[in-house]
Amino acid sequence: MKPLLQTVDLKKYFPQGKRILKAVDGISIEIKEGETLGLVGESGCGKSTLGRTILKLLRPDGGKIFFEGKDITNLNDKEMKPYRKKMQIIFQDPLGSLNPQMTVGRIIEDPLIIHKIGTKKERRKRVEELLDMVGIGREFINSFPHEFSGGQQQRIGIARALALNPKFIVCDEPVSALDVSIQAQIIDLLEEIQQKMGISYLFIAHNLAVVEHISHKVAVMYLGKIVEYGDADKIFLNPIHPYTRALLKSVPKIPWDGQKQRFYSLKGELPSPIDLPKGCRFQTRCTEKKAICFEKEPELTEVEKNHFVSCHLVRTYRG
Amino acid sequence: MMELLNVNNLKVEFHRVEGIVKAVDGISYKLNKGESLGIVGESGSGKSVSVLSLLRLINRNGRIVDGEAIFLGKDLLKLNKEELRDIRGKDISIIFQNPMTSLNPIIRVGIQVIEPIIWHRLMKNEEARERAIELLERVGIPESPKRFLNYPLQFSGGMRQRVMIAMALACHPKLLIADEPTTALDVTIQAQIMELLQELKEEYGMSVIFITHDLSVATNFCDRIITMYAGKIVEEAPVEEILKTPLHPYTKGLLNSTLEIGSRGKKLVPIPGNPPNPTKHPSGCKFHPRCSFAMEICQREEPPLVNISENHRVACHLIKGESK
Repeated sequence: MKPLLQTVDLKKYFPQGKRILKAVDGISIEIKEGETLGLVGESGCGKSTLGRTILKLLRPDGGKIFFEGKDITNLNDKEMKPYRKKMQIIFQDPLGSLNPQMTVGRIIEDPLIIHKIGTKKERRKRVEELLDMVGIGREFINSFPHEFSGGQQQRIGIARALALNPKFIVCDEPVSALDVSIQAQIIDLLEEIQQKMGISYLFIAHNLAVVEHISHKVAVMYLGKIVEYGDADKIFLNPIHPYTRALLKSVPKIPWDGQKQRFYSLKGELPSPIDLPKGCRFQTRCTEKKAICFEKEPELTEVEKNHFVSCHLVRTYRG
Repeated sequence: MMELLNVNNLKVEFHRVEGIVKAVDGISYKLNKGESLGIVGESGSGKSVSVLSLLRLINRNGRIVDGEAIFLGKDLLKLNKEELRDIRGKDISIIFQNPMTSLNPIIRVGIQVIEPIIWHRLMKNEEARERAIELLERVGIPESPKRFLNYPLQFSGGMRQRVMIAMALACHPKLLIADEPTTALDVTIQAQIMELLQELKEEYGMSVIFITHDLSVATNFCDRIITMYAGKIVEEAPVEEILKTPLHPYTKGLLNSTLEIGSRGKKLVPIPGNPPNPTKHPSGCKFHPRCSFAMEICQREEPPLVNISENHRVACHLIKGESK
């Protein structure tokens, strides 16, 4: 099956005075129809920038983006417009991404107005359907965003993203700002919508436990590069990159057996993306580094079918 | 065990345009010396207000309507402003959720760490400066003499939270209140901060009240858990007990909806519905509209909080206990 979305060596750089911040530094990913790619990494690793560059909300500085097989990298705003209908986004801060002066109905209708779809009556019907679908209920069409809880506000954001019947949605940390009890609800809703409408997601999160459930494929990102990529089953069963394994360990587990754990933490913080470490980018925090890691940047290599890792120690792991 | 804090029938109300919000509706809890108590619940459950109100750190439209809070023999709720200031930052200190808004952006970090020491006149300036550098180093800030002079903006989120912790520990508090200290952080940084808090708790022998919506953090850090819903305590038990035999459907729901590694292929079990509108709490048991076990009585009558064993309390019509 042809991928719905594909990036090839995609780059997004931000000049910082005389230096360059390489936020997205050569990323190649594929998302098939009806599939979810979970994109995981810490704040500052470039995961949101990647999501926005794919949607052309930021102009790429290198590489290519293909959508439905067509190269959309260099399309101008006017040429992009038909694609905007098919590509949408859900944001992390549910309240901040809804206009406080508009009613919920008007917010969800907005994309339909922009793309001149339907008559007023038809649009109203569509908005009502959407409100029912995301579990808000059409009776709230005239309410304002602040009248809802965080989880409900996120549902409104989802309804807006669905209004144009998109094929692809970037979900940029859609549950990070929500209570744990509500996170599961939203993930459930997104899965249900995917099954019904066959939408593909790029699901961005910093917590691997959040993407584990929803993803078909996973990409782990560190300082602008992908360090591990492949089928979610394989990555969760057999995580190889030391960074992926550290991310997995940093998610606390409920001590069901009564044996409380010490919190495990990866030492240090993400180095500045302007001053990239020499050799492997993860070298400054890696507990397993060898001499070669200081000298050469490892390449993404296939360690088993549909499972790629970028680490010099891969050979050791494969025995 | 020595009792450090005893809160009795605390009631806090907020006056809003839409009506009165009973944020904390008659709750009682105790804390022993050296103990860590987790208060767990969703946004708006009253978990923060039930603790911060003791130090009167609530909005102007908030009012403590009833109750007492005995801390080391004194009722915190009866102290005047001056007396309360003697306790704040010295005997009881707090770390907040958002380290950026709780640090002053235009004052050097080191000065902010010293502030409580100077304010409570515990040390001379020079001595306090040394203590601050020591503290910054202890909480894991490298090159602390240099960083002492930096401003909060020059720190990452995790580092700011470390500064907050240094500030909170400056006067060697007996009680540390941690109000969602890691909610705004990445999981990796959350683990670092929790590891640090775990060490410091033991090192300082402090009691901790840990407020969170995340049971996976609370159950590893705390000795005892209180679950709150709509301003009420619905369950309280030691961690081991609450994990083995959670009784309230809401506690069970919170546990089941926690996302853990290893959930692949399992069905998610979210708690249905949303937290109630704070000005219009449901009748009877406030959880009944979201409860899959709700019976007829749950709509009419609010269940009392009863002891079902020495250290396990629950408020649910499904559970019969000896009335307190």
